[in-house]
Amino acid sequence: MSKDYEAIYADDRWSPVFGKLSWDVIPYYEPILLATFIAVVIGGGALVGFITYKKAWSYLWTEWLTSIDHKKIGIMYIILGLVMLIRGFADAILMRVHQSMTSSGGEGFLDAHHYDQIFTAHGMIMIFFVAMPFVTGLMNYVTPLQIGARDVAFPFLNNFSFWMTVGGAILVNISLFIGEFGQTGWLAYPPLSGIQFSPSVGVDYYIWALQIAGIGTTLSGINLLVTIVKMRAPGMTYMKLPVFTWTALSTNVLIVASFPVLTAVLGLLTLDRYFGTHFFTNDLGGNAMLYINLIWIWGHPEVYILILPLFGVFSEVVAVHCRKQIFGYDSMVYAIVVIMILSYIVWLHHFFTMGSGASVNAFFGITTMIISIPTGAKIFNWLFTMYKGRITYELPMMWTIAFIITFVIGGMTGVLLAVPPADFVLHNSLFLIAHFHNVIIGGVVFGIFAGINFWFPKAFGYRLDKFWGQVSFWGWVIGFYLAFMPLYALGLMGVTRRLSEFPDTTLSGYFNTASIGAVFITVGIIAFFIQLYVSYQKREELRDDNGDTWNGDGRTLEWSTSSPPPQYNFAFTPRVHNFDTWWDMKQHGYKRPTDGFKAIHMPKNTGAGIIIAMLSTIMAFALIWHIWWLAGASFFAVIMASIIHTFNYDREYYIPAEEVEATEAERTKQLANGGLT
Amino acid sequence: MSTNNLTVEQVDDSPMFHMEEEPHHAPGTLLGFWIYLMSDCLIFAILFATRAVLAPNYAGAPLPIEVFDIPLILVSTFCLLFSSITYGFAVLQMQMNKLDGTLLWLGVTWLLGATFIGIELYEFSHLIHVGASPQSSASWSSFFALVGTHGLHVFFGLVWMIVLIVQAKKYGLTVANQRRLFCLSMFWHFLDLIWIGVFSMVYLTGVV
Amino acid sequence: MSAHEEIGQHVEGAPHASMKEYMIGFSLSVILTVIPFWLVLGDVIDSRGMTIFLIIVFGIMQMFVHMVYFLHLNTKSEGGWVLISLAFTVMLVVIAIAGSIWIMYHLDLNMMPTMQM
Repeated sequence: MSKDYEAIYADDRWSPVFGKLSWDVIPYYEPILLATFIAVVIGGGALVGFITYKKAWSYLWTEWLTSIDHKKIGIMYIILGLVMLIRGFADAILMRVHQSMTSSGGEGFLDAHHYDQIFTAHGMIMIFFVAMPFVTGLMNYVTPLQIGARDVAFPFLNNFSFWMTVGGAILVNISLFIGEFGQTGWLAYPPLSGIQFSPSVGVDYYIWALQIAGIGTTLSGINLLVTIVKMRAPGMTYMKLPVFTWTALSTNVLIVASFPVLTAVLGLLTLDRYFGTHFFTNDLGGNAMLYINLIWIWGHPEVYILILPLFGVFSEVVAVHCRKQIFGYDSMVYAIVVIMILSYIVWLHHFFTMGSGASVNAFFGITTMIISIPTGAKIFNWLFTMYKGRITYELPMMWTIAFIITFVIGGMTGVLLAVPPADFVLHNSLFLIAHFHNVIIGGVVFGIFAGINFWFPKAFGYRLDKFWGQVSFWGWVIGFYLAFMPLYALGLMGVTRRLSEFPDTTLSGYFNTASIGAVFITVGIIAFFIQLYVSYQKREELRDDNGDTWNGDGRTLEWSTSSPPPQYNFAFTPRVHNFDTWWDMKQHGYKRPTDGFKAIHMPKNTGAGIIIAMLSTIMAFALIWHIWWLAGASFFAVIMASIIHTFNYDREYYIPAEEVEATEAERTKQLANGGLT
Repeated sequence: MSTNNLTVEQVDDSPMFHMEEEPHHAPGTLLGFWIYLMSDCLIFAILFATRAVLAPNYAGAPLPIEVFDIPLILVSTFCLLFSSITYGFAVLQMQMNKLDGTLLWLGVTWLLGATFIGIELYEFSHLIHVGASPQSSASWSSFFALVGTHGLHVFFGLVWMIVLIVQAKKYGLTVANQRRLFCLSMFWHFLDLIWIGVFSMVYLTGVV
Repeated sequence: MSAHEEIGQHVEGAPHASMKEYMIGFSLSVILTVIPFWLVLGDVIDSRGMTIFLIIVFGIMQMFVHMVYFLHLNTKSEGGWVLISLAFTVMLVVIAIAGSIWIMYHLDLNMMPTMQM
């Protein structure tokens, strides 16, 4: 068990050809990892075999991997999120079970070295490679449809951003089988993450995975921002944007204006680790606390990047499933904007205990509490929308109600933590862990499931099975409360976070309850995949011919298209008069045009995005392992590939009018099938 | 506000719900590039903040007043300033559709930028030589990070300029190429703007 | 799009630059660059604080000159979004830099009272 980790990564092992790579860095002596590796090889092999057997490689390449269609990229983002959810959740299960075992006096099955890697990977994966892809995927899919656009402003960049995110995810997963991951916690605070205390490759995996994915995120933020600003349908003024699009707009402003901060801070940490500079070291004037200050300038807006789009999802879901327009549209919009701005002046509440003193803490404590006001206004808006609404308890609505209840609890513990004196007691305890899981699971995860259940029919043309959806729902909701309410209690009693064992056996009941909660969540996740499978099997029965899936209650433009929408989204660009555009169109007896179609201008697919992103990933891998020749070569290749791409001026084509007419005629037939006109 | 009730504000007698003719969307490239510059500006903001906090932490390394060569910085500042105006001339030529003039002024800009990089490299090697290396102290780490990142941007600006010169020569001043040259001009002026912050806050303030 | 047809058209949304603007901007920049360098090289003012203050003031003035005359910023370009995004960025830059200095100053004061920083 006690392998000499230091020796494996020692500098004298470096070779010019392979850098720090050697057979020893592959952890074949770890039974859990070995089993995982075998499973991945078998599973991956089966997938590759299946694709080859179906002769689907060229289809995959031309229709999906190189696609610049925002809808397909959105779906691929969601798939990435689901895959990484399994990875991140496996980490969670390992931690829960291990803590359960050790809290009753047992040995557990993880040593501290691995436990540290697992909680680091869990946090980092769940935020960057689960929540972010889900959120970006939803925004990518829905936003252009809601504003009546045919694609995003920069379709190629969209594809490139996605593959950069995938590149980061690949690096994190490689760290399982080649080398190790960071043991520093999800924000990699120095001096622990400095070269002196983390000499191996773990932190480097962390840094480069985030840098690669971060470039993708920033570019996708710019892309969606320009899309919303420039490509809205005529008549759609800012106070007529659907609420989800408003949240997407604010989220992308936050992304563009905060991810550069992360890039810069991680860049400085990289310099410390690779060039021996002294930004965050203990000696020669370095200041580790500066890192904590800087990274939270990014970190707090990031929290709102995650939650704001889901606020948008809930707003759409509530309006549709209560058959009422959203209550207080204007206040909703103002609340979003106020949250967006306030999120930049609260960052110190993540380190009240660092010692800035009473005046600084007081300022940031008060600004933090102020944020709860616009958030509270939004909660009331959703409640008042439900009030006297004709509520249909479809799956998205169930998730929304669970969200409102859970999020209020999480919000209140948040206000508690915003009080600096209280924070001095609760900081770094499991109370904090319970708080942010309360808002992230109760807000982000519930919102993502609401969104997936809500828009899945739009994307694939059939609804998701309700029974398995309910199983998944109750698994998650019950599991969440069982898993995290005990953590509040444990935190209040003084159990700190990131401990692999807490040898007070009187507390084992709490830990065991939390583990049972994790089992329920497992059921919820498995039920979700069963739901996908069952729905696919029953797709004819669940078919959505109308396009206006939810009993014809759709309010925004995406419901005016067929399910799935044609490649060009709208045969004619819509003209907008009201923020509930599609509802308004239906009220006025809108008739779908059936002739007069024109050729449609569309961007062409390109393989440049995936190629440049994968070259960047290779470069990052080479940098992690100090394989300098490969890093240099792949960097040069990235630059050359980018330049060659700019020599391609031929990026657009026309869908001929006849093809549009044929597609639309098909749609007319489909509507007639559904007994509709 | 009227957005809260479902009455349609009628644009004319019968509300139209789709456009018969395709509405025209102005391309978003310039706005997108401007937003990229704003995000880049925040990278520099963090580097400036780092410099501001860590600048007094010399830890025994040489002080700026002992090693900075301010007249040299004045020269490199003017290189960059002149390159801004020569890029401006290139844009003016481009607006008049004069390919040769555009290329000529781009060439001059490139040479001035390259001179700037040359001076910076010389300065860096001099500093390292006298003991003010990035590894010597937090103060010098923050100096090299800030000034070096700016220099790296100028370097990539030069690479980009070569690509655009080739493309303009090969395909002429097409709309696509003009748009690219505009983006690079924004990038170039933006870097000059950042440099104002650098020479004010790092060099001049450092030796007062 | 074909690369050869559109020569002679102009980029939509791009600001129209003029020689006059560039020359005004350039002259102002030269003046605003030379003064702070002169203040430092010539040891003009005794007070260190005053010199630093003036350097910063001239720096900010020159940044404005660049934005107006070289980057051609105005309230109308891209429907005002250029200016809004700039104002937002400036706000964040000020928050990040001033906030960091404020926080780190108090940290040093509280956590390392004996150290000469």
